[in-house]
Amino acid sequence: MSTDPVRLTAAQAVEALGRGDLSAAELFAAYRERAAADELNAFTWVAEEAPAAQDGPLHGIPIAVKDLFCTTGVPSQSGSKILEGYRPPYTATVVENLEQAGTTLLGKTNQDEFAMGSSNENSAFGPVLNPWDRERVPGGSSGGSAAAVAAGLAPWAIATDTGGSIRQPAALCGIVGMKPTYGAVSRYGMIAFASSLDQAGPLTRDVTDAALLLGHMVSADPRDSTSIGLPEEIALPTAQRLDGIRLGVPEELSGEAEGIEPGVMEAFERTLRVAEELGASVETMRLPHAEHGLSAYYVLAPAEASSNLARYDGVRYGLRANGHDLVSLYTRTRHDGFGPEVKRRIMLGTYALSSGYYDAYYGRAQKVRTKIADDFRAAFERFDFVVTPTAPTVAFGLGTKVHDPLAMYLNDYCTVPMSLAGTPAISIPNGLAEGLPTGFQIAGPAFSENRILEAAHALEGAIGFDGSTALSRGGMPSTPSERGAGRPAGL
Amino acid sequence: MIDREQVLHVARLARLELTDEEVARMAGELSDVLGHIERIDQLDLEGVAPTTHVVDVPNALRADEPRASLPREVALAPAPAVEADGFSVPSPQA
Repeated sequence: MSTDPVRLTAAQAVEALGRGDLSAAELFAAYRERAAADELNAFTWVAEEAPAAQDGPLHGIPIAVKDLFCTTGVPSQSGSKILEGYRPPYTATVVENLEQAGTTLLGKTNQDEFAMGSSNENSAFGPVLNPWDRERVPGGSSGGSAAAVAAGLAPWAIATDTGGSIRQPAALCGIVGMKPTYGAVSRYGMIAFASSLDQAGPLTRDVTDAALLLGHMVSADPRDSTSIGLPEEIALPTAQRLDGIRLGVPEELSGEAEGIEPGVMEAFERTLRVAEELGASVETMRLPHAEHGLSAYYVLAPAEASSNLARYDGVRYGLRANGHDLVSLYTRTRHDGFGPEVKRRIMLGTYALSSGYYDAYYGRAQKVRTKIADDFRAAFERFDFVVTPTAPTVAFGLGTKVHDPLAMYLNDYCTVPMSLAGTPAISIPNGLAEGLPTGFQIAGPAFSENRILEAAHALEGAIGFDGSTALSRGGMPSTPSERGAGRPAGL
Repeated sequence: MIDREQVLHVARLARLELTDEEVARMAGELSDVLGHIERIDQLDLEGVAPTTHVVDVPNALRADEPRASLPREVALAPAPAVEADGFSVPSPQA
């Protein structure tokens, strides 16, 4: 075997396994060794040995799974203390779909508690470190999945996106992340945050892998009545050009006035010129209500969360605190089990739904959601895609925003509008600013996944991003002398 | 602005115990976030229909046929306290 197996993309690994250049056991062992020696805190649980792989197109390809996907007999606690020790009696549909395609579960990945956060600092398992710079956050809420993929601790991962939780960490870690159309993927077995927004998607090292993985995630599932699948199969993208493609750049989601760092804007504008060289037209346009997306989102998502998280009461699973009566059992369990951000969102959501405030907050936010969806519908009559920087900043320092909720929420400024509209969007690596990755977001109309993937593939080839810095730094000790005694040797 | 009394009221609704320090911090943090959210008050939303869901599925009904559910012992296995084949809780009147 000439190439280090962890440097292969998943699609390349499929080919190498098919040719017999590599065995599934060797591939799993290579990743398991790295995942077990993870110094980024990306994993919350790593499989002891490779599970028996089913026959299928992804036979023998390991996968990392965000903690919040229920997996039979495997710890699944959505980054929360309140689900301490929980091993679910059933498996999420999307995980089942991937097992049927032949993947092997490598491990569960760290995340913000109940997927609430943009830095992975709100986890009961502690923060995840960014493989590009361990003093910085990987983004969130799927920080563990993104860091693991970027650092070569897993070939790819599945995660969830409610307001940007796949796309923003993909941007901050220099990998690809896609949120599909709402309803493309079953939510059955995903520990819920905000049900009208939650959607699972892939985190991968390139666009081809994103297409390959998403294609095996999608299904209309009788156990999730909002899942409808996709009207056509996901194809592996081949486009090299963007001839005739019309890109719209929304004023409201680009420009330094919107809080986007100059370095991020420079990288974004550089890629707009690349797109023009590939044949696309680029035009500034408006999404008049997009700037109100965050306000609507931070009413709707906490409101849904306050209802979804009512089930954590110390009775049926997870943590239980002692109470002298039933109500104090509930209130103390919830006090002890939830972290500060989750408490904040439960309070915010409960307030927004409470008598006297419902119309002013929840009712108005639902109407803003309609206006934002209308803005996108109008935009897609004139443009094939709306493009923006994925996140307003590069990866920020650990601890710098965690005590300022509003500053943290602004990370989602460019990703929340698509979540509210239910439309698909991808983030692809867009070169570096200050030596750190930035992301380029491509959003399309509902069910345009294949067209988004084609455009992303063409841009990816022209941008020529090199993610090997994070891959070689990995989650492993960076020099032999830093390796602790008894640790498995690096690759 | 959210005051201490409102925080305590909402915490009661949410069945969430908060320490005095958490109550004080929550009042300030919620006020900040609500201040940002209240920008949507400027929008004219007269006559706009609310969006509750983005998927155009009216009613997804399945055939009303009996099927197996989780066996009792499997459903009870993750519970912190089990008694007489059920979830055990303190009396509501204790």
